[in-house]
Amino acid sequence: MSTTTEFDTIAAVATPPGEGGISIIRVSGEDAISIVEKVYRGKDLAKVASHTINYGHIIEPKTKDEVDEVMVSVMRAPKTYTKEDVVEVNCHGGLVATNEILQLILSNGARMAEPGEFTKRAFLNGRLDLSQAEAVMDLIRAKTDKSMKVALNQLDGSLSRLIKNLRQDILEVLAQVEVNIDYPEYDDVETLTTKLLREKATEVRQSIERLLKTAKQGKVLRDGLATAIVGRPNVGKSSLLNHLLHEDKAIVTDVAGTTRDVIEEFVNVRGVPLKLVDTAGIRDTEDKVEKIGVERSRKAINTADLVLVVINASEPLTDEDRNLLDITDDDKRLIILNKTDLERKVSNEDLADWAKPEDIIGTSVLTNQGLDQLEERIASLFFDEGIESNQNSVMVTNARHIGLLNQANDALGDVLHGIAAGMPVDLVQIDMTRCWNLLGEITGDSYQDELLDQLFSQFCVGK
Amino acid sequence: MTGVKAYSGEEYDVIVVGAGHAGSEAALAAARMGNKTLLMTINLDMVAFMPCNPSVGGPAKGIVVREIDALGGEMGRNIDKTYVQMRMLNTGKGPAVRALRAQADKHAYHAEMKNTIENEPNLTLRQGIVDELIVEDGECRGVITNTGAKYHAKAVVVSSGTAARGKIIIGELMYSSGPNNSQPAMKLSENLKDLGLNLVRFKTGTPPRVDGTTINYDETEEQPGDEDVNHFSFESSDEDYLSLKNQLSCWLTYTNETTHKIIRDNLDRAPMFSGVIEGVGPRYCPSIEDKIVRFADKKRHQLFLEPEGRHTKEWYVQGLSTSMPEEIQQKILHSIKGLENAEMMRPGYAIEYDVVSPYQLKPTLETKLIKNLYTAGQTNGTSGYEEAAGQGLIAGINAGLRALDKGQFTLKRSEAYIGVMIDDLVTKGTNEPYRLLTSRAEYRLILRHDNADMRLTEKGYDLGLISDDRLAKFEAKKQAVETELERLNSVRVKPSAEVNAFVESHNEKALKDGVLAAEFLRRPLVSYNDLLKFIPASAEPLDRRVVEQVEVRIKYAGYIKKAEANVARMKKMEDKKIPDRIDYDAIDGLATEAHQKLNKIRPVTIAQATRISGVNPADIAILTVYIEQGKIAKIAN
Repeated sequence: MSTTTEFDTIAAVATPPGEGGISIIRVSGEDAISIVEKVYRGKDLAKVASHTINYGHIIEPKTKDEVDEVMVSVMRAPKTYTKEDVVEVNCHGGLVATNEILQLILSNGARMAEPGEFTKRAFLNGRLDLSQAEAVMDLIRAKTDKSMKVALNQLDGSLSRLIKNLRQDILEVLAQVEVNIDYPEYDDVETLTTKLLREKATEVRQSIERLLKTAKQGKVLRDGLATAIVGRPNVGKSSLLNHLLHEDKAIVTDVAGTTRDVIEEFVNVRGVPLKLVDTAGIRDTEDKVEKIGVERSRKAINTADLVLVVINASEPLTDEDRNLLDITDDDKRLIILNKTDLERKVSNEDLADWAKPEDIIGTSVLTNQGLDQLEERIASLFFDEGIESNQNSVMVTNARHIGLLNQANDALGDVLHGIAAGMPVDLVQIDMTRCWNLLGEITGDSYQDELLDQLFSQFCVGK
Repeated sequence: MTGVKAYSGEEYDVIVVGAGHAGSEAALAAARMGNKTLLMTINLDMVAFMPCNPSVGGPAKGIVVREIDALGGEMGRNIDKTYVQMRMLNTGKGPAVRALRAQADKHAYHAEMKNTIENEPNLTLRQGIVDELIVEDGECRGVITNTGAKYHAKAVVVSSGTAARGKIIIGELMYSSGPNNSQPAMKLSENLKDLGLNLVRFKTGTPPRVDGTTINYDETEEQPGDEDVNHFSFESSDEDYLSLKNQLSCWLTYTNETTHKIIRDNLDRAPMFSGVIEGVGPRYCPSIEDKIVRFADKKRHQLFLEPEGRHTKEWYVQGLSTSMPEEIQQKILHSIKGLENAEMMRPGYAIEYDVVSPYQLKPTLETKLIKNLYTAGQTNGTSGYEEAAGQGLIAGINAGLRALDKGQFTLKRSEAYIGVMIDDLVTKGTNEPYRLLTSRAEYRLILRHDNADMRLTEKGYDLGLISDDRLAKFEAKKQAVETELERLNSVRVKPSAEVNAFVESHNEKALKDGVLAAEFLRRPLVSYNDLLKFIPASAEPLDRRVVEQVEVRIKYAGYIKKAEANVARMKKMEDKKIPDRIDYDAIDGLATEAHQKLNKIRPVTIAQATRISGVNPADIAILTVYIEQGKIAKIAN
């Protein structure tokens, strides 16, 4: 039986997908406020006045890591679009952050909204009149086919197979528990102990956690490998970016500090989707506008999957260069010795402490020297050494799937917790069944009768 | 009708056709609600007869018996008066799946129920075969018997069981018969078909019975009853419990390779496989030949030898249901340890019978097609005495309410196993005889045997089936539970040496600070009685049933709370009613399959609609919008 219902709290991205600007994630339903509260740090949303906007951060509730800086609007029923409690999270746009926030909200109790569902609720709760209602019917009708297709496309064959296998594993366990309950005197059916159940739950949990790890890799393929280009002012970062983009996007001048905004661009480098983040030069600055840029560069380094450190080969290494190399030491990093067309003041050996020889690449953006080598190195890093990606594994990329997997994972956590607390097997099994149902929602087959079919085909029971 | 002259019989409020386990409950309920009721049976000596296993209860079923009792039904009281063995199953598991089962003296069970029915004011028990229903203007108004009597009534319950065009099969032998060689009802089925109801054919079976004096018990294992007191009825008194020495034991033995060879060698004579049997049999109650074929690698199958009563030598061989020829049945029996010299008293047989496909019923068990006509029990495709009795009670209540011109009564899936069963039947239908299993209930932690009275007594009272006296006792119990729960949530267990010695002897962490008694009780190995050693006793000594409630509600509070949250979530959908006369053809955009299924099943609530396979969330969305639209625009539907 599907656990999704008409009255769940639902969530979806309310703004059209795309880069830049601001994204809004809308959450509607009885638990909207309490769910967002779980992933929000700032004022207590349960207590803020209705129809207010509140500044704060979205956090990953377990690790307390900050995910994004956000503004959260809280609108209490009934004066809202859906006539239910509505919370809107305004975040920094960009697929990555938006999806991450949505996933967190889905993992914490909301369900992904169906197409047109906010509007449908508005209608069901008496917010719309008949003509608007007709429009809603059309919307649902039109979007049903499309969304079904989309959902099917999102469900990659190998993922679906994997989930089905997991469900079958769980089903066999469930059938055994059930048969123990309904036929307690049949001694030829092995009694499923909590020990066996724990082993099974742990096993399934490992698979789900592996899958959830791929969620990040999937994200890379879809959203690009976040790549930060950093370096002192005027070492040629913008020129490098322009080269990779094959167009003039960033403002390039000889005056240090003219690239003030973080520009995000997608570029395909030999099959690797890079999301390039050109940054304002990293340096101590008193300039107010510039300072924001510098802070954001530091942030860019922190969130980047790959950092390209650009150093001016025609000037000796400065403290700033060294500082930059030090703070990027733990990152996946390539060092680009630019301006090799000029007299070299920095040799590859000078950088040996910071990087392997193949990760130090001499270039001249001006004369196009070394740029092929750079692109090749990026591709080999991604494909051969695998920056957060593994082409052969099953990947989860869909926010709804990730949300369900997270919930399934939590259910297994409850199974293990119950076993540790000494609960009898038939109680612990309730959470195991929940996990099975949640996984079924991913593949679209949650059907109670499966269990009975399994039970009667697996065991010979009956009077 | 040839030769038989019709005559006008008496008028009744409610007529029940068939006096098996469904019919007995239906008739008693209707009569107790104040309706002048007629109970018709083909044979007065087969009222509440047990044609198959001599037992009542077990997993899920035992909970149904308690539910029947809490609603004012008879089954629980009747078995408590006539059991020969009582046993609580699944004691090592959680509270939701513990199940009481009794071995019945099947003759005493029948006699006791018949006596109760005979002594019920308002209720007339009469022998006769109902051939036809009186149906006018789409309403059922009575029945016509084969003796020509026309009885009129405001509502009719049909619970004809396997008598409905019953056919017994033993090997090559085949003949029309009701259960246990009783007379079958041949005409009623035809009449139901003519009235437009869709009938299907099901099959069930029963094992041979043997003379208990010819069993060699030394070759078998004893399965005694329980020393600990337990009854089905919340009204039965602990003092009446049979001591172990007054209970009868069952005995366990096994089939073996020889048995299996005999069966395999004679499969060509097995009606199950020769194509003779067309009815669909239950998977959970397979015949022995079915087990051997489907689970070919199993070396042995368990068989339980069960006494059929105190004053008979007949023993029931549970696990050996078969329709093999009599000769083969004997060989099978003699191949089994302990039964080498057993004398077969009755052969096992398969029986085919007619079933009213249950999708044609409302959750009240009234047929959608014919007003005031209700069906219950095996007629609706279920199997088992308890399932039958549960439906009989609901059908009888609703027929009674109809006769009284009152609103109908249903139970939700979150209220009772009876609710789960009826919802399954009318929403999903069934393509094999339906048996209740704990796994069918999504809220089984709420549907426990220990709290059946908490769930249903008040409903029974409102229906007029529970006396004032019983309600008062129930309320006292409820109060006692609440008081003790409150107390345990305020009294503290101190970390004394005594307490910690106890805790450590159970391999648990010692207490550093005092804890609430309730919290202490939550530890898996601490029982209520253990707890009492460390806190003052309650003001008055508590009844064991009160203690059971307190213990379960404290120990499993976390899980119960979760289940209750799920129920609350579902409740909103349960509350969304679908208008009776909704025209699914007028709704654009429903998927074809959903459209067909909705039209066929005609769910009563949105929640029920979501449970229909093939109706997906988008269809539900369109349906809810459509219903709401009707409300706003006042569209005639």
